[in-house]
Amino acid sequence: MKRLLPVLLLTASPLVAEEIWVTNEKDDTVSVIDLSTMEVTRTIPTGERPRGITFSHDYSRVYICASDSDTVQVMDPVTGEILHDLPSGEDPEQFVLHPNDRHLYIANEDDAITTVVDTESRTVIAQIDVGIEPEGMAVSPDGKIAITTSETTNMAHWIDTETRELFANTLVDARPRHAEFVKGGTELWVSAEIGGTITVFNTATQTEKGKIHFEVKGVHPDRVQPVGFELTGDEKTAFVALGPSNHLAVVNADTYEVEDYILVGRRVWHMAFNTDKSLLFTTNGISGDVTVVDVAKRKPIKTIKVGRFPWGAALRPTSN
Amino acid sequence: MKILNRLSALLAAAVATCTLAIPARAEVTLQVTYLAQHVELPPVLSNLDVPPDDLGLAGARLALKDNLTTGKFLKHNYALDEIQVEIGGDLLSAARQALAASPYLIIDAPAADLLAVADLPEAANALIFNASAPDDTLRDAECRANVLHTLPSRAMRADALMQFAQSRRWTDLAMITGGHDSDRTLAAALDRSARKFGMKITARKDWIFDADMRRNASQEVPLFTQDMGDYDLLLIADETNDFGRYLAYNTWLPRPVAGTEGLVPTAWSPVVEQWGAAQLQSRFSDLAGRDMAPRDYAAWAALRVLGEAVTRTNSAIPATLRDFILSDAFELAGFKGRTLSFRHWNGQLRQPIPLVTERAVVAQAPLPGFLHQRNEMDSLGIDAPESKCTAFQ
Repeated sequence: MKRLLPVLLLTASPLVAEEIWVTNEKDDTVSVIDLSTMEVTRTIPTGERPRGITFSHDYSRVYICASDSDTVQVMDPVTGEILHDLPSGEDPEQFVLHPNDRHLYIANEDDAITTVVDTESRTVIAQIDVGIEPEGMAVSPDGKIAITTSETTNMAHWIDTETRELFANTLVDARPRHAEFVKGGTELWVSAEIGGTITVFNTATQTEKGKIHFEVKGVHPDRVQPVGFELTGDEKTAFVALGPSNHLAVVNADTYEVEDYILVGRRVWHMAFNTDKSLLFTTNGISGDVTVVDVAKRKPIKTIKVGRFPWGAALRPTSN
Repeated sequence: MKILNRLSALLAAAVATCTLAIPARAEVTLQVTYLAQHVELPPVLSNLDVPPDDLGLAGARLALKDNLTTGKFLKHNYALDEIQVEIGGDLLSAARQALAASPYLIIDAPAADLLAVADLPEAANALIFNASAPDDTLRDAECRANVLHTLPSRAMRADALMQFAQSRRWTDLAMITGGHDSDRTLAAALDRSARKFGMKITARKDWIFDADMRRNASQEVPLFTQDMGDYDLLLIADETNDFGRYLAYNTWLPRPVAGTEGLVPTAWSPVVEQWGAAQLQSRFSDLAGRDMAPRDYAAWAALRVLGEAVTRTNSAIPATLRDFILSDAFELAGFKGRTLSFRHWNGQLRQPIPLVTERAVVAQAPLPGFLHQRNEMDSLGIDAPESKCTAFQ
């Protein structure tokens, strides 16, 4: 591996070596894709039904929601060893790391609870009642607001991270899946899988500011189901995974208009960028692979086989 | 006594004043009655399946919990009254009593009883959900403007099966029908559906044995099916699950079975796990201590439909909720991969139909390629142009 690196560095993105980590929900593993070769170089065992995945700010630890093991696992990304488990509440599905690099906000899907865990003391510091089947998790860049979306209650729950209490509950369309603060935290975007929309909220007032609709030619609207999404570095463009329509939407983040659709693998779910955000990696649950998208050209350029039902994806820059 | 009366009147006045003091963003309370008419179940050969006492009802109880969780963030409250009418009991007086308390009913009763309730003068402005009767007539000539259906009709399930048979090119069909009226009604639905999708049922037989098939199915069934000619798929119409289970693997020709046995088109099954269904299944089994059956799903959907309508309209007025539920704006996430909504011409909840075995979902209708100008799910069941339902016009 080390022997190869100098050669590859000339051809691939210079200076940085990078990996994309993908959780395989039905294999209980993580597939690690080396971006210099675009191949899976490691397959690491995890707890049962791994879904959400995120790295600590210095990338020394990776947190993995092992949903059916009812725990969040903390792994050493270099060795792939599980360092310890965190108490997470039951059935942790998705989580978000607070900007303080210390508190994890975890959606407990079966319990209608959001659990806040201190990763240093390894204790639960709060549990907050939310709607049924919490899933999407986000935290504002200033760390003051955390969001949980609940799939069956169809709401975004706004949590004051200081008091750890709800201060607003806003309805969205049916089956919200993913939430992100964008544009410096001034907007909150929430995707609704069954509703087929993304609702844009004004963060300051928690009121609806806009709605993004999707329409894929030749695909029935019922199958156009927005789930995960990410914004480019300039925050002018959003890429939205449209689930069983097997397409990504390219959305103008200012006008909320869809500019393009990109065909990817089957039941596209979540995604992650590489470091300079020139490439996008989508997890395709049913086809069991990852599609690599050229962000500038808006074209799929490669498909990489991973495990069964890939779900989450996260970037790990590796110093060499 | 008089003093007591006056005291309670005073108290009532005090409560009224308090209620008035609450600002206009009023709390909404929706009260729903689950009204079940117990019926005589015909005897069946096997003792394996004991129908649960809370069939259907447990689904409504789960939906109540789901609605309450959502409601607490919106100051919406929900209550569920449960009324069980014994065999031979007075369903109509129970219905009148329920309608005096609330216009919202979920009915678990045979078609004739359901219609009797729906046609009560007290029910004129009610909103009634049929969560147990699969009869096509209820969605067709005998439809009622105050009745919505969350359980799929026999025609919808038959069409789901026929779409599958067609997509597999299993176009030559045979059918064995049981002796109950419901078996013959199902057979008629399968017949209609086979024709709809351009297939034919080439051989038919009525189930005639009165012996105990648990002991001699392997000797009798091969002979019984020997003269049915060649076919691709054997349909079984046995709604009480009496004899169907003894036919599989005992037919003269090695052929798959489908209908009420083998490959079964159904509203819901414990094997449905995609599209977040696993969460609904586990919430249900935590609550009821058993698997979720189709009628549980239909009752769950009925109360969730009401919950969703209250959430979106902030109202508990029947006409407001009914208008919203039948509008294009209504959508229910029903854990079957598609947005559920109502057919505005007959009040049927349009929904995908899983085709299941005991262990897996084999396919889910509508199958790819079965298109429809309005909604692919409308390729299942009796469609608007052929509908004899006029109550919704």
